[in-house]
Amino acid sequence: MLGLGILKGFYITAKNLVGSYFTTERLTTLEYPEVRAKLPPASRSFPFLVYDGDNPVDGLRCVACRICEKECPPQCIYIVPERDEKGKVMKKPRIFDIDYSVCMGCQICVEACPFDSIKMDNIYEIAVRNRYEPLLMHREQLSKPNTYFHEINPVDAIEVDTRLAEEKRKAEERAKAAAAAKAVAAAKAAAATPAAPADAAQTAKSAPAPAPAPTPAKPTTPETK
Amino acid sequence: MNNASTSSAPTTANATEAEAPVSPFPLHSSPFGPSSASGATVRAVNDEFHGDLLEISLGPHHPSTHGVFRMNAALDGEIVTKLKPVFGYLHRNHEKLGETNSYLANVPYTDRLDYLASLTNNWAYVHAVEKLAGITPTERCEYLRVILGELGRIINHVCLVGFLLNDLGTSFTPLLYSLRERERMLDLLEELTGARMMYNFFRFGGLRTDVSADWLARLKHYLEGLFARYLDEQDALLTGNEILLARTQGTGILKPDLAINAGFTGPGLRASGVDYDIRKVDKYSIYDRFDFRVPLGEHGDTYDRFMMRMLEMRESVKIILQAMRDLPDGPVNDPKAKSRGLRPKAGEAYGRIECPKGELGFYLISDGTPNPYRYRVRPPSFINLTILEDLCLGQTLADTIIILGSIDIVLGEVDR
Ligand code: SF4
Ligand code: SF4
Repeated sequence: MLGLGILKGFYITAKNLVGSYFTTERLTTLEYPEVRAKLPPASRSFPFLVYDGDNPVDGLRCVACRICEKECPPQCIYIVPERDEKGKVMKKPRIFDIDYSVCMGCQICVEACPFDSIKMDNIYEIAVRNRYEPLLMHREQLSKPNTYFHEINPVDAIEVDTRLAEEKRKAEERAKAAAAAKAVAAAKAAAATPAAPADAAQTAKSAPAPAPAPTPAKPTTPETK
Repeated sequence: MNNASTSSAPTTANATEAEAPVSPFPLHSSPFGPSSASGATVRAVNDEFHGDLLEISLGPHHPSTHGVFRMNAALDGEIVTKLKPVFGYLHRNHEKLGETNSYLANVPYTDRLDYLASLTNNWAYVHAVEKLAGITPTERCEYLRVILGELGRIINHVCLVGFLLNDLGTSFTPLLYSLRERERMLDLLEELTGARMMYNFFRFGGLRTDVSADWLARLKHYLEGLFARYLDEQDALLTGNEILLARTQGTGILKPDLAINAGFTGPGLRASGVDYDIRKVDKYSIYDRFDFRVPLGEHGDTYDRFMMRMLEMRESVKIILQAMRDLPDGPVNDPKAKSRGLRPKAGEAYGRIECPKGELGFYLISDGTPNPYRYRVRPPSFINLTILEDLCLGQTLADTIIILGSIDIVLGEVDR
């Protein structure tokens, strides 16, 4: 019948209108600046760097391995590793920049990082007056303490912490075993001087530090981790 | 509307005497026709009505064109006598970028193709790479993919229904109801994937993370409760509404043979009565294990295309509920299948899936390096758009807007 559909439509819109005053289920908006939506722990916007302890520079977990730089799809991470006085590369970033105006929040850097040192933030109010420099985030702006990570994503943070503790324990065990092996090798070397090289090669395989050589320990490359 | 008399180009016998030897409909779109000197209204004499022909340019920045898309139309009174779609305002070099990126780095880029249905885009690409590299996803992953893919279809169709009705001039209400439901589903997806639109959730041979039982329970609760109510409400509000029927029935008729020849796919094709759904034809993933119907239209008009979406949403809900019921335990990611540093053997693969808008295919050639040698997208929106002129000829200008709406395009996918 002509007109019935229209009347039905009026009825439904009226029901929705009046209903929104009574059922909270029908209300889906928030009065934004005063009321904020609670973000789920998984929500992600831009990456940040995690540091342990109190020092945002020395505590950084990042070892400047540049894996994330290589994997980032729009190539918006720029890393320059720190060098000591002799010009040797250290396991720390001197420059770590992320261009927030290019970053697409895909989380691939987080997945790629073998050291759990980069994580996703959930900030969204990042308005600045200029599109270029202010959105190029430097190491200082990106460094945030582990407690902050616990705050925004407790589930993942606890998981990461336990995993890191476990890895640390294993690394210590390995170091102990290596030290023991080294002591044995040293004792052997003292007993019979020419027998050393074969043993040393063996221990070097299992231990991160080359055993008998007097040279400083070589930094482990990230690929071996 | 008298299709017969208006769809053929009006004669221009008298126009030969006119001083300027202009072609009857010089549409000033450079790649598609000669440009008119003035660039504004082009006048030619029309025998039948002694009226003027008006050339108008819809878009590229107009809500009715659903994005940066331009339609150049020649109008005789209110009737469209010629129409040219003009693409390319959003071109982002997607395919070339795909060839310089690693396989994994392309996944977040596919999110940006059809940003209303990111989940199915991810799936199509991942499906193609899996074919190329010979990876088989785990059982649990397949079920979860079906759940997410169908959820993506629902989200897309919800938007389409809202936007189509907005194009009709229903002001705001149905769109608001549709977006409200979409927001609720996006809330669920944000909780799972961390993002509201760019999920980046599919991995080769699996998904980024597993889905919790609690999340699935809430999705089920939502689909059976609020969403079912929305569907019924929308049905009552619209399906029998006289204004909607008058505006959509009999407009923009797409003949089945034209649709097939043009490569039209998706719900628009099925609205013309062609039973072609890749879920049924190709049986990719595990779609042969579910019991669902592929709705078919009869007339191929705008109303049928609209109804197809309404019916498909109900079918998708059915599929999701079945997949949840049968969801097996087990790992979601195959530990052997790695995503990062993938180097498939040299070869080629074409993976396609039934996206909400039609057949989305990815064609990949590998030369054994970490990035594809050739990366090509077959987007449904672009190919569906190519017959826009045939659908619109002889219709009024107001109808072209809803015809365009019923094709369901996203410009990110048209101008890769
Ligand atoms: S989130 Fe994605 S785009 Fe942003 S820095 Fe990480 S990898 Fe790059
Ligand atoms: S992958 Fe991790 S450790 Fe390596 S440079 Fe990036 S943030 Fe630092």
